Amino acid sequence: MGLPPYATFGQRVWYYTFRVLVGIILFFLIAPIITIIPLSFNAQDFFTFTPEMLAFDPEGYSLKHYRAFFGDEGNPGTGLLIGLGIGVAVFAALFFMRGSKNVLPIIAGAVLGLIIGKMWGVEGTEWMTPLKNSLKIAPVATLISVSLGTLAAIGLSQSHVPFRRAIMAIMISPMIVPLIISAAGMYFFYSRIGLQGTYWGVVLSHAALGIPFVIITVTATLVGFDQSLTRAAANMGANPVRTFFKVQMPLILPGVISGGLFAFITSFDEVVVVLFVGSAGQQTLPWQMFTGLREQISPTILAAATVLISISVVLLVTLELLRRRSERLRGMSPG
Amino acid sequence: MTDATGPIKAADGRPLKASLNRALRREKMRALMLIAPLLIFVLVTFIAPIGDMLFRSVQDDITSRTLPQTVVALDGWDYDSGSPPDEAVYEALYYDMFFAAEAKKHTALGSRLNYETTGISSLFRQTGRALDDMGEDVIEAMEDNVEALDDSAFWAALFLTEDPVDAGNANAALSWATSVADEPVRLPEGLQMSVAGATVFPKAAAQYVAFAAFTHTVDEDVPAEEDPWESVWIAMAQDTSDAGFADRLANYTGPGAAELAPLQEAVAAPLAELSFQAAFLDQDEDWADAEIWGTIQAFSSPYTAGYFLTAVDRELTPAGAQVVEDDVKIYLKLFWRTLWMSLAITFSCILLGYPVAWLMANLPDRSANLIMILVLLPFWTSLLVRTSAWKVLLQQQGVINDLLVWIGLVADDGRLALINNATGTVIAMTHILLPFMILPLYSVMKGIPPSYLRAAKSLGATNWTAFWRVYFPQSVPGIGAGSILVFILSIGYYITPEIVGGTKGVFISNRIAYHISSSLNWGLAAALGTILLVVVLALYWAYDRIVGIDNVKLGG
Amino acid sequence: MRKSLVMGTSALVAVAGMAAADGHMASDMTLVSWGGAYQASQQNAYVAPYLEMNDGVSAVWDESSAEAVAKLRAMAEAGNVTWDVVDVVAADAIRLCDEGLALEIDHDEMLAAAPDGTSASDDFGDLIVSDCFIPQIVYSTTFGYRTDLVGDTPPTDVCAVFDLETYPGMRSLERRPINNMEWALMCDGVAADDVYDVLETEEGQAQAFAKLDTIRDNVIWWSAGADTPQLLADGEVVMGSTYNGRLFSLIEEQDQPVAMLWDAQVFDLDGWIIPAGLSPEREARALDFVRFATDTQRLADQAKYISYGPARMSSAPLVGQHETLGIDMAQHMPTDPNNAQNTFLYNYEWWADYRDDLDAKFQAWLAQ
Repeated sequence: MGLPPYATFGQRVWYYTFRVLVGIILFFLIAPIITIIPLSFNAQDFFTFTPEMLAFDPEGYSLKHYRAFFGDEGNPGTGLLIGLGIGVAVFAALFFMRGSKNVLPIIAGAVLGLIIGKMWGVEGTEWMTPLKNSLKIAPVATLISVSLGTLAAIGLSQSHVPFRRAIMAIMISPMIVPLIISAAGMYFFYSRIGLQGTYWGVVLSHAALGIPFVIITVTATLVGFDQSLTRAAANMGANPVRTFFKVQMPLILPGVISGGLFAFITSFDEVVVVLFVGSAGQQTLPWQMFTGLREQISPTILAAATVLISISVVLLVTLELLRRRSERLRGMSPG
Repeated sequence: MTDATGPIKAADGRPLKASLNRALRREKMRALMLIAPLLIFVLVTFIAPIGDMLFRSVQDDITSRTLPQTVVALDGWDYDSGSPPDEAVYEALYYDMFFAAEAKKHTALGSRLNYETTGISSLFRQTGRALDDMGEDVIEAMEDNVEALDDSAFWAALFLTEDPVDAGNANAALSWATSVADEPVRLPEGLQMSVAGATVFPKAAAQYVAFAAFTHTVDEDVPAEEDPWESVWIAMAQDTSDAGFADRLANYTGPGAAELAPLQEAVAAPLAELSFQAAFLDQDEDWADAEIWGTIQAFSSPYTAGYFLTAVDRELTPAGAQVVEDDVKIYLKLFWRTLWMSLAITFSCILLGYPVAWLMANLPDRSANLIMILVLLPFWTSLLVRTSAWKVLLQQQGVINDLLVWIGLVADDGRLALINNATGTVIAMTHILLPFMILPLYSVMKGIPPSYLRAAKSLGATNWTAFWRVYFPQSVPGIGAGSILVFILSIGYYITPEIVGGTKGVFISNRIAYHISSSLNWGLAAALGTILLVVVLALYWAYDRIVGIDNVKLGG
Repeated sequence: MRKSLVMGTSALVAVAGMAAADGHMASDMTLVSWGGAYQASQQNAYVAPYLEMNDGVSAVWDESSAEAVAKLRAMAEAGNVTWDVVDVVAADAIRLCDEGLALEIDHDEMLAAAPDGTSASDDFGDLIVSDCFIPQIVYSTTFGYRTDLVGDTPPTDVCAVFDLETYPGMRSLERRPINNMEWALMCDGVAADDVYDVLETEEGQAQAFAKLDTIRDNVIWWSAGADTPQLLADGEVVMGSTYNGRLFSLIEEQDQPVAMLWDAQVFDLDGWIIPAGLSPEREARALDFVRFATDTQRLADQAKYISYGPARMSSAPLVGQHETLGIDMAQHMPTDPNNAQNTFLYNYEWWADYRDDLDAKFQAWLAQ
């Protein structure tokens, strides 16, 4: 939407005013994030911009909250090296086999190596244990919601599904029902069946919460899916399983991945349900943040957030790269 | 020409209609097979818990469970008479409460009824402690004159038997004990109620069986080695006052027949003086208060509408449902506040989301995706952290106020109150929910061909007319989708209002959480939750009718 | 594609398996506490030494004390109690004991005697407010104020909270009726001894609310213990109520321009309970731990890390210096005679009855 050369003065003014306006709104969106990053380097133990910080006095800044977050245990250096090594190997393999120039494996390997190296053998530290718990819970919950959700979305996308609306409503319900109600219900019910305070209790509850995202995104991808492709595959003698993995799956993969990422972040950022359903052994990162905010306000939470934001940025960029790749695969020109 | 009128056939010779139907059925089955695992998963892990919780909003069997005999005895009592119930009710209360106190269930009932009438909690707790002393004189007389009663084994021999021939039916006593103790209790293996003992002392036998079963099952002790509770003694004394007791004892040939001979005469005098009503009133005169008894009566049914009434600022009193006094009205106000604040949040989201979505829809994909990352980034940052960041930004000594003072827009002593009130909640929640508005708007706007706008302009419309008459109507479905999504999500919010809402910016969810974790009034929490859920489901239904849930898109 | 999918799946399954194997070991003892500096003081003063003495036992902290009653009730309903020792305030201990959710303790038999042979029940004295309660510390809810925002006349009296003329600005108070109602009545001319008698009447409650009304627009209501220290540090409030240990850390450890207003501090107790219905081995271990953790020396040690008074009389003379700051801790205890000139002990029994009713009124009043 460029500005045409014949635009009048009024149009020009409007054009730029509008962009400034949108810029301000976007700023509103990221203002809290911008705020927390400098605060995480605070030399004091409060969420306050101290006069020293405002004067850009180095005295006012410190890395102590990052040290508190990461603790002294673990050896990130070794992990980083190993992770990088694996990442490079995967990259090289992909490069020689398929000519892919995607550097993602290297980045992912390095990040994973850092985290794993840091947490390897770490027990009972204030932040690393919750991070570890989160990383144990979120992927498994995501796996459950993605696998069941994708199957169901494919089922739902067929014509002639009886009670389609009702089924859809039930599957979307974890997103619609207010969290506090879900949390309370799961708390009582899981207590009764002995799942409260167990690893699987938290995983199952988080999987349930992630399902609507998978259903919504995969259904949306399937709307544009050409059913004649599966028929063509069947025609040429592929069995349904093969058709699914070779034809359907690659095409709906972006939807599946995007749904999976939403499900992952739902679990990774979930605090209300885990507070009720979990117990000490499942204390996740958001839970630690929540008790941190209630019992001992400390910018360590902000350091944790900054680390997580960095990871989010990496994930979001991944998502965007995947999307562009899928468009190439589908033969759409990247805009 | 018969073929022309007969049904059309498929290649295999079946009628085409049947063949098609079969194919359709198979397709339906296949679709359902794909859906089934998830459906079952969601039903078990999510829908069942919700249903379980909703059930708590009407379930209220604690009174009828803990005081089963009292509730029955109280049936004939009329609250409007204003007078306390008769002796039979107090007697039933004594036995129920004694057992409940041993099983430590009476204070839980006290806390439950204290939600309705202030003071019942301590009334039950203190009375529970004093029950041992009720009828002291009677028990002393028994101890003084029938020494055998001091021997625990004597009681066991009297009321329990190993011989199946002598076994009586103890089901009534056991089911009473199970109800009060709230867990299944039974007599030790091989032991049964002695029919001989029960004939002479029907009440005492029932009490002893309950005691023995509780001692065996819950305390895991041997009944014959434990002293029976005072309530068993009192029951035995009461049995002696029956007409025909002397004859029954005379016919009794079981263990202890000789030792029990002096019993009736010994307890006659103190028993005549024993009045349960007087004993309870002596303990606390509130036991004469019709209000207390009315509350017990009003909540004696296993199901109640009381929680729902409380949830809409009514109360279930002995005299029926009434509006509560003004100084405790809160829930309707909170429901309204939740609704109008969610509306305010939805409008702010439209206001802020529309221009962003419009720009994204009209930029080339690559630039639009960069904006998309900016939109999604906060969405992916911990909710708690974002909310605390708003605290830093909005408070009176915070960044925004500092900036405004520095610019000179507000005076230093007139700093704006942007947090710990409704404003704070609206700002923070608008921020949190904005992506949910932008995403559906964007996906709708992407589908509006830009040529429409150009056509309108080339036909002479001004920019504004072209936008308002041509573009905007086409984007309305996006606004609808986003609005209902944002609205539904916001009325259930809990964490953000809790942190930035102060007192004027909290939602009904915060109250629900309070009743779950602090006041422990789970029934009321469930009732409030049910009402909230009904509102949300109605909105969802509307959403599905207007927009269709299939048309929601997340992440372009 | 299929290969990477299979690999990914098996990796995730492996993670899940690892996680499942990593479950609750038999030697794990779950301790429930409040988190933050208080939990750290427990960890340092007796949990770490206890674990060192008992090989093979490990401790897991669960920071759920705020929801202890709700969670224990749900656990008991389900018949699966996963906690071993729970740190709760006295009011919650009474409630748990009432409902049969906590183990009844024979204090003399199950707890260590004082070094001079005084029995545990005499050593704890009146602080044993419930049969299930094992007292640990005495803490108080009191006010702190910003020294730089109160002018030349620092407040010495709790009624400064209600004096907007001398001390303009915001205050922070806890979002519940307990303590606030009492302070309001005391500052409205009711003698401390009569507070609960007055508060029992409708007029008395109206009087307390009327007094609170006078400062209503100047109050930020807090619900978490960390709120007031943050608000004071930011200068958002001139004065605010919180637990005395929080103020100590704000003043001495964080070096903020804040001072304590000990006047009319409200004493409360915190201690352990052991959930009812544990297996005999777990119960025995929990009792063994509690016996160690509440002996005279251990309670005195705890005061090295946090300024809460040890619940044993015999511990008081042993209270030494702060572990890192090296300052004498005795003078920072709420029970120190200088600080305890005017104190208020809150009435557990009374509040057990009136909490539901007054809380409903209080919340309705807040929402007005």
